[in-house]
Amino acid sequence: MGLEFIDGNQAIVRGAIAAGCCFFAGYPITPASTILQYMLDQLPRSGGVALQAEDEIAAIGFCIGASMAGRKAMTATSGPGISLYSENIGLATIGETPLVIVDVQRQGPATGSATKGAEGDIQFSRWVTSGGLPVIALSPATVAEAYELTYRAFNFAEQFRVPVFLLSSKEISLTRETVDLDEVNLPGVLERPRMEEGEIYQPHAFDRPEQIPALSDFGAAQVTRYTTSTHDKSGYLTTDPAVIQEMIDHYAAKIETAVDEICLYSEDLQTGADQLLLSYGVTSRAASVAVDHMRSAGKKVSSLVLQTLYPVPEQVIRGALAGISKVVVPEMNMGQYRLEIDRLAPDGVEVVGVNKMDTTLISPTEILNQGDLL
Amino acid sequence: MSDTVYRTYMTDELGPLPFCPGCGHERLLKELNRALIQLQPDPSSVVIVSDIGCIGLADRYFITNAFHGLHGRSLTYATGLKLARPELTVIVLMGDGGCGIGGTHLLNAARRNVDITLIIANNFNYGMTGGQHSVTTPSEGVTSTTPSGNIETAMDLCAITIGAGAGWAYRGLGYDNDLAERMVEAINHAGFAMLDIWELCTAYYMPRNDLNKRALYEMIESSGMKVGLLASSDRPSFEVAYRGRAPTGSAPKELISIDPDLPHSLNSQTGIVIAGSAGQKIRSTATVFALAAILSGLKATQKDDYPITIMTGHSLAEINLSPNAIQYTAIESPDYFLVISEDGLKKTTPWIRGLPATCQLIVDSELSIPATQANVQKLPFASAAREIGRLSIGIIALASLLAKTGVFSIEALQQAISKYQSGQVAATNIQAVTKGEQLYQAG
Ligand SMILES: Cc1ncc(C[n+]2csc(CCOP(=O)(O)OP(=O)(O)O)c2C)c(N)n1
Ligand code: SF4
Ligand SMILES: [Mg+2]
Repeated sequence: MGLEFIDGNQAIVRGAIAAGCCFFAGYPITPASTILQYMLDQLPRSGGVALQAEDEIAAIGFCIGASMAGRKAMTATSGPGISLYSENIGLATIGETPLVIVDVQRQGPATGSATKGAEGDIQFSRWVTSGGLPVIALSPATVAEAYELTYRAFNFAEQFRVPVFLLSSKEISLTRETVDLDEVNLPGVLERPRMEEGEIYQPHAFDRPEQIPALSDFGAAQVTRYTTSTHDKSGYLTTDPAVIQEMIDHYAAKIETAVDEICLYSEDLQTGADQLLLSYGVTSRAASVAVDHMRSAGKKVSSLVLQTLYPVPEQVIRGALAGISKVVVPEMNMGQYRLEIDRLAPDGVEVVGVNKMDTTLISPTEILNQGDLL
Repeated sequence: MSDTVYRTYMTDELGPLPFCPGCGHERLLKELNRALIQLQPDPSSVVIVSDIGCIGLADRYFITNAFHGLHGRSLTYATGLKLARPELTVIVLMGDGGCGIGGTHLLNAARRNVDITLIIANNFNYGMTGGQHSVTTPSEGVTSTTPSGNIETAMDLCAITIGAGAGWAYRGLGYDNDLAERMVEAINHAGFAMLDIWELCTAYYMPRNDLNKRALYEMIESSGMKVGLLASSDRPSFEVAYRGRAPTGSAPKELISIDPDLPHSLNSQTGIVIAGSAGQKIRSTATVFALAAILSGLKATQKDDYPITIMTGHSLAEINLSPNAIQYTAIESPDYFLVISEDGLKKTTPWIRGLPATCQLIVDSELSIPATQANVQKLPFASAAREIGRLSIGIIALASLLAKTGVFSIEALQQAISKYQSGQVAATNIQAVTKGEQLYQAG
């Protein structure tokens, strides 16, 4: 198709539509507002619906309703809105609702700095709702990845019947880049498993805990049920501890048994390197400049860039840590993902954070200096 | 359509209704059942969306679809369901508690007018959590949280929803004989319809306030609130109006060019900062400049910085150009730095102080800059812009830069302007390109 000069938010909308998104609701907030704006313009053209809600609680509520009626749905906000999504993310988890949630991160806490970038919602996305069940969170580093990972977020949401986070940031969403989206390699579009017509329907049926129950959309031939309450496979409230535990294990197993499939990353491991730069999001771009710099200075260094932050790609991280004596983790927060690396790093491996939250990007020089890499 | 005749829409498979003896919710649900029997919809075409509270226990006793969501948010799920599938009949059951915590959804559902029927089981307190006061607890009403009498005022749910634009609103008692008929009318209304049904919580509000059926009638009379059908209009529903307004046709794309064919002179990544004021079109100017670079076979990134009030203060764009993929999108050590206004200067003063000798700093002649190692050139951008158009100052400056450096051709900038800008803006900016070129040659 050709070259374009678009920002991350445009790419997110394109990725969503390519994946079959046909419902969007959002509440304006910088730096996510233009997603709402583009969606209002683009979704109705293919028969979809996009609208502005009265607040973030309504926005995600609309999306949950639409998703359970069979529409692929997305909402987008920033940190303050994620706080308001919290309870409904729990609902989407217990109700096994496919849903894509875009968090265009900005400097927090609270209102923070509306027009400034940050990556402060990393652990927040993991522990966003009561109950602490696993989530899927993807983190793009470029405009092209914003397109690709939004598309993949829809696939994961459908495939596993879960809410999926796309953790963008002002620095990707509002930065323009030269892209050719046709060159982005995408898998086929996935649809949620749907039940055959005419059967008696159980909305949460599974034989093995990791199995994904077939959905029946509200409005399809068979009557269905959805509930925020602790329920059994039929969607009826239950207080039976054995059944409750079985359902909880199921929500967790869906994601935990599919880690290999969900984990997206790119690694550039150099034989003989004893230093590793582990990064994600926009900061990985400064990390890659730092890696080039080190190598041209004759240093050996490995690099691991994660696109999937949750579930944590533990195998991949352990693999990249083999033979490493120091791992440097640069983040535009005070060390949130470093917590995961700390627990995975074998004894004797030094885990060093390069952290700031002053609204500016971490630069390659800061990584090299504060990581003591030269 | 099936030929099945439904004699009831309720099921006793789960045993009897779970409410306290005499609870008003039971009567209300039986009236809803009567309304459905009258309407005879296919159960799979109806969704009962229930809120939290004792009333939220209701949905599972119906043979229709059931959606039981969070406290106060039932109208939001109902909205999503209906917009996704307009053919569904969507009925919301919500308590007075839900009307409080979800007040904004109540107002906005009325205003938005999606075709949803809202039945409010108003028993003046939170039954489920132990009889605390709600937004409809009458003044002086005794509840567990207003033990000496409520000092707040009861909210008139019909008045506020009508005020917010509800097309159909009704108030009555759970004991009314025609309640099922009113529900049928509400469901048939093509738009948001609400029924505020007053009833008894026999466990809490009734005993604490010496209430009974008769006293409930007296209560509604002395409340000053109106009863009966209070609004009925035929404003088109949101979902119908939406289709009439939404954009159609294929979405516009911002394609640039399949074969960038103009020349450039870059071997490595080059960083350009342009610092000006809000209202100087810095962002769109930087974009058209970057587009010109792409037409010349370069890759570009553009990262902006501006305050939230976009019409005032500084506006800054960082543009990276490179023959190769660009990683870091900020600029550690700018190659070119353009300052075209006082706001831009103020914002970048610390940065300017630290610029290296390799940086070309091009500043408007009217500005006085701090001491810097950078290679400074002053050009009269502002006075030139006053001649041809204030908003073209950025183009003038960037055209001077091109004339000076030959990063890519002036022609590319002209092409980008003609291709991606239109009307008066394009015409003025084409002039600005020539002006910028001349400024550099004269300077
Ligand atoms: C966010 C949230 N806050 C509080 C509660 C606790 N809670 C459950 S039911 C209820 C009140 C319900 O009252 P009402 O809507 O009047 O229904 P009723 O029980 O009277 O039928 C509350 C506050 C909750 N479930 N969720
Ligand atoms: S507590 Fe009140 S509202 Fe709840 S079931 Fe009992 S009587 Fe009904
Ligand atoms: Mg109540």
